[in-house]
Amino acid sequence: MAKARAPRPVVSRPRDALSRAQKLELYYWMRLTRQLEERLVNLYRQTKVVGGLFRSLGQEADAVGSCFALERRDVMSPLIRNLGAMLVKGATPVEVLKQYMAKADSPTRGRELNIHFGDIGPAETTRGFLGQISPLGDMIPVMAGVTLSFKMRGEDRVGLVYIGDGATSTGAFHEGINFAAVQQCPLVVIVENNGYAYSTPTHKQTAAKQFVDKAIGYGVHGLQADGNDVLATYDVTREAVDRARRGEGVTLVELMTYRRKGHAEHDNQSYVPAGEIERWAADNDPIDRYVRVMRDELNVTDEEIVAIDTRIQREIDEATDIADASSTPQALDALIGVYADPPVEQPLWFRRDADDVAYGTERPESWGTWNANGAKG
Amino acid sequence: MAARTKAAPAAVERAGEITYLEAIREALFEEMARDENVFCLGEDIGAFGGAFKVTDGLLAKFGERRVIDSPISEIGIVGAAAGAAHMGMRPVVEMQFIDFIANAYDMLTNYIATARYRAFLPCPMVVRGPSGGYVRGGPFHSQNPEAAFLHTPGLKIVYPSTAADAKGLMKAAIRDDDCVLFFEHKYLYRRVKDVMPAGDHVVPIGQARIACEGTDVSIVTYAAATWKALEAAEILASEHGISVEVLDLRTIAPMDEDAIYRTVKKTNRLLVLHEDTRTGGIAGEITARVNETCFEWLDAPVLRVTAADIPLPYAPALEDYVLPQTADVVRAVRRLAAY
Repeated sequence: MAKARAPRPVVSRPRDALSRAQKLELYYWMRLTRQLEERLVNLYRQTKVVGGLFRSLGQEADAVGSCFALERRDVMSPLIRNLGAMLVKGATPVEVLKQYMAKADSPTRGRELNIHFGDIGPAETTRGFLGQISPLGDMIPVMAGVTLSFKMRGEDRVGLVYIGDGATSTGAFHEGINFAAVQQCPLVVIVENNGYAYSTPTHKQTAAKQFVDKAIGYGVHGLQADGNDVLATYDVTREAVDRARRGEGVTLVELMTYRRKGHAEHDNQSYVPAGEIERWAADNDPIDRYVRVMRDELNVTDEEIVAIDTRIQREIDEATDIADASSTPQALDALIGVYADPPVEQPLWFRRDADDVAYGTERPESWGTWNANGAKG
Repeated sequence: MAARTKAAPAAVERAGEITYLEAIREALFEEMARDENVFCLGEDIGAFGGAFKVTDGLLAKFGERRVIDSPISEIGIVGAAAGAAHMGMRPVVEMQFIDFIANAYDMLTNYIATARYRAFLPCPMVVRGPSGGYVRGGPFHSQNPEAAFLHTPGLKIVYPSTAADAKGLMKAAIRDDDCVLFFEHKYLYRRVKDVMPAGDHVVPIGQARIACEGTDVSIVTYAAATWKALEAAEILASEHGISVEVLDLRTIAPMDEDAIYRTVKKTNRLLVLHEDTRTGGIAGEITARVNETCFEWLDAPVLRVTAADIPLPYAPALEDYVLPQTADVVRAVRRLAAY
């Protein structure tokens, strides 16, 4: 028998509780994401971005709309297309720029790439986003553990973790979501279905008709939404977050979207059928769609939009200047912090100062042909 | 045969002594009582008390919240432990057999070992489990995978040989602010015993122990092989007049290099002994370090006694042949002493 539940109000959707200012904020975050990536493209072409560049063009709504459903105290674990989610959670453009430019005062002091950085810990002192790693799927078990800690300590906090269509094929995804489901962790798992994992289309990734179907197998709640509709994304994620907060465990949310750029900036997308990218750009751009909604339903004026766009451009310009002026790391910083104890590794002997060349030549008086000073004994 | 495989000859029962296994359990009880952030996670560790009963009684004492019976998911539980550790918990994860830690290799090496360095994320956690051979466990219940992890910066590795060290190192591992892989030798679980030192007995990670003093040849070793070395030392002293110093590393990473160099400079002859396979093993690493640092102090080449490079077979005749035995150690030390 189905569990008795309070009847669900028919008309109310989570978005209805958002103020006009909050709805404008959704636009701000999406536009900031896109413009910041555009700036990174410029910096990449100037060779100021040290490594690769990863875009989320066309996916801004799914990242922003979903993360907007979290509270500050909650913890979010992004993937490479979730710059928007990180910005919503408090990451700043200057941090992102410094990180891409491998600066000494970047969030990881030049140890890690692009948006692989985070800020988690106590709710009062951290912004609540976790640095990802490149092996895909790993963040699901880790976030199962983060949210397990919330449950063990009775903290009113929720976790949200993103995974791409491709990484649902990993063992880590399976083990992580299964563990979280069994433990009833307050965790939302967002499967961003953007059609491609690097060059591999979704039908080569899974025989399932849709990713939300996997929820049934894990015994978790499943939801699906149009990931290019920022308000629909917000609604569905908010529902999942509320369930987690009420102690109803894991929800798998599939967001349908489309990756309009390659895996990274070098990727020419030769594997994409002709016209597909153009079609999505023309008919289903999440920002264009939301601008129409703002005009039609919120009576947002062109002036208001221009004001936001201008503010974003100024913020990015200022951040770029700061990041550009930052210095690169000192080489010896490489030795610090592998462990808490010891806090620093010793340089290898051939990297020590010249007066240390005698290192390793301590020898018994009677030994060998040469004495310790290098003279014939 | 019995003499070849026996470990600590417990000649006299001492009052109050407990086994290696009980010592680990005692450490878990004490640390869970001391710090409510410590919790245990693993397959069959709660209701059943673990495949070897290391966690027996924990569930009754600390409840399901802190003693979690998990799905069969080494990636899942090691990853979850990392996430909980980021948030200030101190998880202790059991691998039912340490052989299965291979399933969590990515999580340990890519995620956990790099966490502090790349993201300033604390990962105070212990991954522990029954390890090692001499027990007729076959290829998947006998492994010594410590060398695979020694190669990864960011992990600590301990592998005690005595009951007192097992307790003291477990307590240190749980209190350590980084991830510690805690290898428990299943051959020693119920074979070696100690009276636990009084009070809060913590053995610092990274300090080797002189298991027996000697002057002619040094043996650097760890875990169950320590007992082979001690057995060999007795034979060498009584039958061949060779005085052997045995250094039990206790911790593999970080390695107590100074203790190794001290004993080499004392005896000028070094045998490195371990139960793990030979190629790419820890003995090779120790040999290289001694070569770089103590070359002028050596009167003989550094020799290695290890298992053969073979998956560990099940039949006693095969296992005994592949694993290092006391007679092998005697033979190697005599060769060193002859230089």
